[in-house]
Amino acid sequence: MTTKTKKTTKNKKEETDILVNVENLKMYFPVTSGVIIQKEIGQVKAVDNLSFFVRKGETLGLVGESGCGKTTTGRAVLQLYEPTAGKVQFNGIELTELNANEMRAMRKEVQIIFQDPYGSLNPRMSAGDIIGEPLKVHKLVDNKVQYREKVAELLSIVGLSPYMADRYPHEFSGGQRQRIGIARALAVNPSFVVCDEPVSALDVSIQAQVVNLLEDLQAKFGLTYLFIAHDLSVVKHISDRIAVMYLGHIVEIAPANELYFNPIHGYTRALLSAIPIPDPTIEKTRERIILEGDVPSPLNPPAGCVFQPRCTKKDKCKCSETTPVLIEVSPEHWVANCECCMSK
Amino acid sequence: MTTKTSKSKSTTTKKDNVLLEVNNLTTHFFTQDGVVKAVDGISYNVHEGEVVGIVGESGCGKSVGAMSVMKIIPNPPGRIVDGSVTFEGENLVDLDESAMRKIRGNRIAMVFQEPMTSLNPVLTVGRQLTETLELHQGLRGDELIDKAEELLARVGIPDPRGRLSDYPHQFSGGMRQRVMIAIALSCDPKLIIADEPTTALDVTIQAQILELMQGLAKDYGTALIIITHNLGVVARYADRVIVMYAGKIIEEGSAEEIFHNPMHAYTRGLLASVPRLDATDHVRLQTIEGLPPDLIAPPPGCGFAPRCQKKVCKCPETPPAIVEIKKGHYIADCKCCMTK
Repeated sequence: MTTKTKKTTKNKKEETDILVNVENLKMYFPVTSGVIIQKEIGQVKAVDNLSFFVRKGETLGLVGESGCGKTTTGRAVLQLYEPTAGKVQFNGIELTELNANEMRAMRKEVQIIFQDPYGSLNPRMSAGDIIGEPLKVHKLVDNKVQYREKVAELLSIVGLSPYMADRYPHEFSGGQRQRIGIARALAVNPSFVVCDEPVSALDVSIQAQVVNLLEDLQAKFGLTYLFIAHDLSVVKHISDRIAVMYLGHIVEIAPANELYFNPIHGYTRALLSAIPIPDPTIEKTRERIILEGDVPSPLNPPAGCVFQPRCTKKDKCKCSETTPVLIEVSPEHWVANCECCMSK
Repeated sequence: MTTKTSKSKSTTTKKDNVLLEVNNLTTHFFTQDGVVKAVDGISYNVHEGEVVGIVGESGCGKSVGAMSVMKIIPNPPGRIVDGSVTFEGENLVDLDESAMRKIRGNRIAMVFQEPMTSLNPVLTVGRQLTETLELHQGLRGDELIDKAEELLARVGIPDPRGRLSDYPHQFSGGMRQRVMIAIALSCDPKLIIADEPTTALDVTIQAQILELMQGLAKDYGTALIIITHNLGVVARYADRVIVMYAGKIIEEGSAEEIFHNPMHAYTRGLLASVPRLDATDHVRLQTIEGLPPDLIAPPPGCGFAPRCQKKVCKCPETPPAIVEIKKGHYIADCKCCMTK
């Protein structure tokens, strides 16, 4: 990861607009066995040595298949998990070194929108209480009148009617619930929002409404997003830059269009070719790379290049021992430096 | 539905080709809150060896429509109240349960959405594979095991003999779906209905499974109905596309026609609301305002009327009939939905 560190330090000299800077983030979960005396028998390396940064006002997309560690990354960045190792800097403040109280104050700045609009809202609280709770926790309102005004304002910002504040989550549709989740995140006026699969559970026509809302809110409040999703079409639509994750590692980071039109890593190319485009004429002529096998278990990841077991050119691979580092192949375009994965 | 009948008449000229003919199929669920008109008079044909995609959002009746063909609607509360399903000249709606059992898994097979829950966790994969072979083909002993092994090999499972004695939890999601496909293929069915076969799977695994299904269907001349909400999947694999909305078919045509020349406002809205991977410029996504109607009390006429942008609609009273506007391109005849 030396190259990567060089990159971030170099960038920091040039750019002062980096909001979130993540360096060598590691998140390992212990695997235990035994009923009474728990013994650690292994580690799930959910996120392994991740480095990236997010600029002010931009959207960084994080894509990958299930189990690749994208949600864990989002949570570890927000300190919802305590990272095993690594640094997470927000506006120059090192989040991993803050204590619980300091971190709670910090949460005014960093918020999250969850994936499941059904599971992430307390069914026994009204929509107004759900949205208003962060206001109370952070003491952002002085009295009840202000509180109700603020809740009504938040509801209308996300496209719901203020009178809906007294309704309970089960009275809303999936898309409306996701709007409540967005309003809750926005209640404390954050500058950085982690969107963890915010549209995956929604139907396409509703998905478009929520994606448009997120874009409008970004323009209106100058928000910075870390947009996590497995649907590359949605990620490409909303993101300025995209990071592709595979088995706890970032294999490629590039601006959205660059990633689609000039993918370099073998996994990125396979991922792109696996996503069907809704156009039968294009589909007939598109190249398809069908990967063999499944994603290896993060309990026992392959040594060296994590993609190696599924790589189409693994016979020629010389990187089976050392983990590849990210190198900059063209401005802003970083790829894990594995010779076989990078060749066409 | 007069126009639709003339359609099925026109296809009778090449009747030998039609495998499945669904006519005015209507399935209702009788619940405490009222009658849910989940599938409300749908008609379509499937020809031999053809891949038909049925698309629509959740709750539009696409799964219930497929389950009605197989007659696996839980009764009560659900019941096929009207219509016919003609498969190889036989009306399935009139068949009794024992006759139906001879067809299911034998001449029509189904692949379900959830590979995690559609396999029995307490039986080995081998047992679940051999069950259909025993029942429909009367195979016994070594013959049975050999055939099961061959099927697993056909769907690309390594070490098929050894894996026959494994349980479903020892397989990954993609591998389980391969087992489901092996079970579906076991009796060389004429038709496979795949209900959201890859929704629970990751994209690279989705590509594996769909390529496999398409390849096998082609090799064995099996017709395939793919039910999905993913427009990309339909564009890639389907020859013909049926778009459903609120329990009804609103548009039907060849994949090229539906994607390049969509006529119904809902189809156009659906296509415009999906971000395109190959887009170069950032275009704001189009949305369809509002929600699909409640199927207990659907709008009396065109089901899309409440969300239609041109509410100058003249069809609020009677449900629009299906008309053929171009050869092979059918659309619900709602004036306002058809205008651009």
